[in-house]
Amino acid sequence: MLSDFIPFFIQLGIAVGLSFTLLKAAALIGPKRDNVIKMTSYESGMDPIGSARERYSVKFYLVAMIFIVFDVEIVFLYPWAVSFDEFIAAGAGPGVMAVVLFFVIILAIGLVYDIKKGGLEFD
Amino acid sequence: MDLSQAYSMMMTDLGATLFLLIVAVSGLVLVVFDAFKPRHVATPWIAGLALSAGFVIEMMSIGAPEGLAWYDMMRTGGSAAFVNSLVLGSGALSIILTVPYLKKIGHNIGEVYAMILFATVGMLVLGAANNLVTVFVGLETMSICLYILTGFVRSESGSTESALKYFLLGAFSTGFFLYGIALIYGATGSMEFGAIRIAAEQSAGVMFWGGVSLLLVGFLFKVSAAPFHMWTPDVYQGAPTTITGFMSTASKAAAFAALVVVLWKALPAERWADVLAVFAVITMVIGNVIALSQQNIKRMLAYSSIAHAGYVLVGLASGSQAGYSGALFYLMVYTIMNIGAFGVLALLEWDGKEGSEQTLESLAGVGYRKPFLGWTMAVFMFSLSGFPPLAGFLGKWAVFAPAIDADLVWLAIIGVLTSAVSAYYYLRVLVVFFMKPEGENSPMAEHSFDIPRSSAAVLIACVVLLVVFGVTTFALDVTSGFFAADTVTQFLG
Amino acid sequence: MQPEMLIKLVVLLPLIGAAINGLGGLFVPALRNKEGLIGMIGTIMVLLPFLITVYLFIGFQGDAIISNAFTWMAAGDLTIGFDYRIDELSLLMTMIVTGVGSLIHLYSAGYMHGDDGYWRFFAYLNLFIFAMLNLVLGNNLVVLFLGWEGVGLCSYLLIGFWYKDRNNSKAASKAFIMNRIGDFAFLLAMFIIFREIGSLDFDAVLTDGLTMSQGSITATVLLLFIGATGKSAQIPLFTWLPDAMAGPTPVSALIHAATMVTSGLYLLARLSPLVLMAPGVMTVIAIVGAVTALVAATIAITQNDIKKVLAYSTVSQLGYMFLATGVGAFYVAIFHVMTHAFFKGCLFLGSGSVIHGMHEVEHELEHDGHGHHLDPQDMRTMGGLKKFMPATRMTFLISTLAIAGIPGLAGFFSKDEILFKAFEAGTHGIDVGLVVWVVGLITAFLTAVYMTRAYVLTFEGEPRWPHADKITPHESPWTMTVPLWVLAGMSVVGGYLGIPAVIAHGDLNWIHHWLAGEQGPVAEAAFEGHVALAVEWGLIALGSLIAIMGVWLGWRWYSKRGLSFDEKLAARFGGLYKLWQGKYFFDEAYDKTIVRPLIGGSIHGLAPFDKYVIDGLVNFTGFFTRGASFTLRYLQTGLVQSYAVAIVFGVVLLIWLMLF
Repeated sequence: MLSDFIPFFIQLGIAVGLSFTLLKAAALIGPKRDNVIKMTSYESGMDPIGSARERYSVKFYLVAMIFIVFDVEIVFLYPWAVSFDEFIAAGAGPGVMAVVLFFVIILAIGLVYDIKKGGLEFD
Repeated sequence: MDLSQAYSMMMTDLGATLFLLIVAVSGLVLVVFDAFKPRHVATPWIAGLALSAGFVIEMMSIGAPEGLAWYDMMRTGGSAAFVNSLVLGSGALSIILTVPYLKKIGHNIGEVYAMILFATVGMLVLGAANNLVTVFVGLETMSICLYILTGFVRSESGSTESALKYFLLGAFSTGFFLYGIALIYGATGSMEFGAIRIAAEQSAGVMFWGGVSLLLVGFLFKVSAAPFHMWTPDVYQGAPTTITGFMSTASKAAAFAALVVVLWKALPAERWADVLAVFAVITMVIGNVIALSQQNIKRMLAYSSIAHAGYVLVGLASGSQAGYSGALFYLMVYTIMNIGAFGVLALLEWDGKEGSEQTLESLAGVGYRKPFLGWTMAVFMFSLSGFPPLAGFLGKWAVFAPAIDADLVWLAIIGVLTSAVSAYYYLRVLVVFFMKPEGENSPMAEHSFDIPRSSAAVLIACVVLLVVFGVTTFALDVTSGFFAADTVTQFLG
Repeated sequence: MQPEMLIKLVVLLPLIGAAINGLGGLFVPALRNKEGLIGMIGTIMVLLPFLITVYLFIGFQGDAIISNAFTWMAAGDLTIGFDYRIDELSLLMTMIVTGVGSLIHLYSAGYMHGDDGYWRFFAYLNLFIFAMLNLVLGNNLVVLFLGWEGVGLCSYLLIGFWYKDRNNSKAASKAFIMNRIGDFAFLLAMFIIFREIGSLDFDAVLTDGLTMSQGSITATVLLLFIGATGKSAQIPLFTWLPDAMAGPTPVSALIHAATMVTSGLYLLARLSPLVLMAPGVMTVIAIVGAVTALVAATIAITQNDIKKVLAYSTVSQLGYMFLATGVGAFYVAIFHVMTHAFFKGCLFLGSGSVIHGMHEVEHELEHDGHGHHLDPQDMRTMGGLKKFMPATRMTFLISTLAIAGIPGLAGFFSKDEILFKAFEAGTHGIDVGLVVWVVGLITAFLTAVYMTRAYVLTFEGEPRWPHADKITPHESPWTMTVPLWVLAGMSVVGGYLGIPAVIAHGDLNWIHHWLAGEQGPVAEAAFEGHVALAVEWGLIALGSLIAIMGVWLGWRWYSKRGLSFDEKLAARFGGLYKLWQGKYFFDEAYDKTIVRPLIGGSIHGLAPFDKYVIDGLVNFTGFFTRGASFTLRYLQTGLVQSYAVAIVFGVVLLIWLMLF
């Protein structure tokens, strides 16, 4: 059973090894001209120094939530797209297509609602 | 899995769960509709019609035999249809009461109706679940919507506070619930009720019963049984009144219905009965005793709702067909009584804070000024305290009698004693309504109370139903039909 | 139509009338002023049943007809149906009730004119008729008992009809409570019968019931008799009836003279075969009846309130009827019930007419500012009314002569028959018969005297009210005088239904054949041999003589000396007269021996127990629960963290309970 996971472990090894190798290589090979900005740790664009209880704009959450929704949508759609051939072969193509469309429409409704309520307007 | 059948099966299942589809789609439509036409007069109509349509569909299939849909994830017909009707009916009545209420408190927000619909979808899924995953999905759909509904009056700190409390504690209990599901899956290798039972009857160890314990934690939290009840008074008091009515009835009914089905179908008939009996006692005692000292009437009703959860648990603890059916009957009666009681309160509000600071004393003399509200409230209070010939009495009989048959006489005695205590605080409401003179600074003098016809109709309907179910037993016959012995064997076979 | 249907109609119509007048008046205030309509509905709803009953009476074939309205309850062995029974006895009683009843309804339409509670009065009156019909028509003891309680309730409502006066309410309560004592005995008797034979239908009681053990029969009959003493105002439970005169006069006539008070007699007559099986109890009945007759008659001599005289007279006459029952002459008791209903109904209605007139006098006196307070019921302020109220006077005179037992009038026949039966029993081995016979004769004399006194003081002589020269009463309207004439007529001819056995060997004694014939429902004591014809004639002559003597003496004494003769009597009889005037101090004795000890006991014994022990327990429970509530309340801190702690506690508890 464990042997089923061999490709997974291989991919894991490659991912870890590659990132480690690249980072290390950059540190070894690249020139080092440090200044204050450069030495600051990276926090997705936020200032890392100061109160941790800082208030963020609510827009930040709205965008993040929409992002996650569509991110998860991909997780559902990808396996469906891969196995759609089999549904067509089994003669259930249109029905399954309709189901997925329904799913996408639900998400679209959410997007429409969000836009209409001004969730994507930055000012 | 035969993929060629997938499409036709889906169409069949869609037909069987049409009520769910109607409510869900209407909810989606409402969201978009409200975004383009805010505060449109049609919004509540759409919501109400969707719930009513679903209600009619499910009422017609109450007599239908039990069936399964969506790859055995959901049940149709039988007790599921009954619970669905209950939830849909409660939702419809709540919407009728909510329309004037929202106008009165000045927060006519269209999303409220959409949220009620989505919460209803969650309850429907929960009440009709045949699989722990479905239970979980339903439970969460319902809960998240209820969190939002509790706190939608954002300008009111009490409302927001209670929503946050509800959310935090709800998330906390959901964690237990989910972990319980995981343990049960680990012990039995399935999440489907029948399969769980078959596996558990062969071997059930610590892991299985531990999982059941955590599962019960989640359920007991949702039905607000002590000591998982602490959120209830705060949330019921803080939430807008008609939403409290909806939340205290429909969500409780759905959660209890799911619990009944889990106990009945998924668990071997051992161990849990005494556990539930203990929690029933704690719940009844705490609910009834603390209710005595409440001054705020909404808070008092919250404790009363805790106490009533205890009564239902008495029926479940008996673990018999009569106990389950009695519990379902009691839920129906309780739903009618509470919608009515909160409906009256919603009409009597004037503190501008959704009644969260309104004391009982400020309602002195209401019975004279508004005899209609006084008398309907009297019916609800008498029914809640279990006076014959109102349905509350028959309901209590329906849950206590099976407990006696199951040799839990002590439990029934505690139940009867605590409900005797409850008469005190229910009747105190009537004393205040009818026997105390109106205070000099009574806000009643300054406020004109128009009783909308729609609200009056709902209250009258509740009163009539209480009398009808109190003097006839056909509803009890219907519910006991769901748990007949042959249904179980057919299901397990 | 079938008799089964018709009899239901008879019972139902008064109820419908009560419902129309009662509910209509209650919910439609505008209807309350429509006196003509209300009175018409009330009267017709009693008159129609009377006509139907006459129709049934004419077509009656001799076999009892039983009509089942519906089965009321069926529990185990006990099945009780609302069955009505048509036979000789119930037909006769129904005719008396509805016949006299409709006359009194008609009378009330005039008498109650202008009263605020006009609608209420007719509703109660119709309800009473309904209850009374259940009593006399029921085919089992339970329906009879329902009617029995129903008439008690209506009596209570009507005695206290003018409830704003506290004394009236007290009189109503007294009547109700005294009746309850009797009702309790009645209930016990029903329990015994049901335990012994398992049924309460008359047919079963009068067949299987006769095979009960002697002890059970004696106990049952004794308890039934105690029940009858309550309803029919016999010693020791008679003191409520004079007080019941607080009600409107038509009520006194209908309920407290003609119908309700006779229901005890009806009960004993209905169960007469059973009563005959308990000779010991019959002796008691005879003695109680005779003593009551004598005691009430002596009291009546000393009363000045015209209604009180009639009330004690009623008690006395009821004593006569029990006397007859006690010597086994049940049909004679019913015969006297009937004739008494005629002449006593007429007397009461006549007194009502007098009171009506005197009210007028009282009003005018007050109106003219003379400031005299006049009691319109006090005979001492009447006198000479025959000039102003000729019709009332004439009918009153006829019925006075009838009750006195003047030969040829109704009272003569029934009273004579009672005395004869007592004598017959006395000469056939029942010793008590002769004793009660003598007592009966004395009472007959007293009756003639006090009734003549009442008549003379009221109608003869000169008017005694103030300013009698200017202010005079007037005759009552036709609705009141027509019933008077009808009843007076019946008082004359009603007796010929029971012509004594000396004439044509009793073949003309219709009421005997009807009630106690071969198929009749009423049994009677059978004696070997007959009283000699000459003796019987002698007895009739003696009875007539005593009656004529009484009337003549009363007339002489009172028309000559008027009120002063009472003083002479008082002087001559001294303490005895005081005893009569004080009504033998029954009320005072009850007050001292029963009422006060009870109240005192409850004040000093039960009240503290209730206050400190019972209430203390209750209060402690409430106090403890509330205390717990106020303490437990602090668990609800409002902090989410502590809520979560509670949940964790619950989780631990749940897992522990589940796993271990």
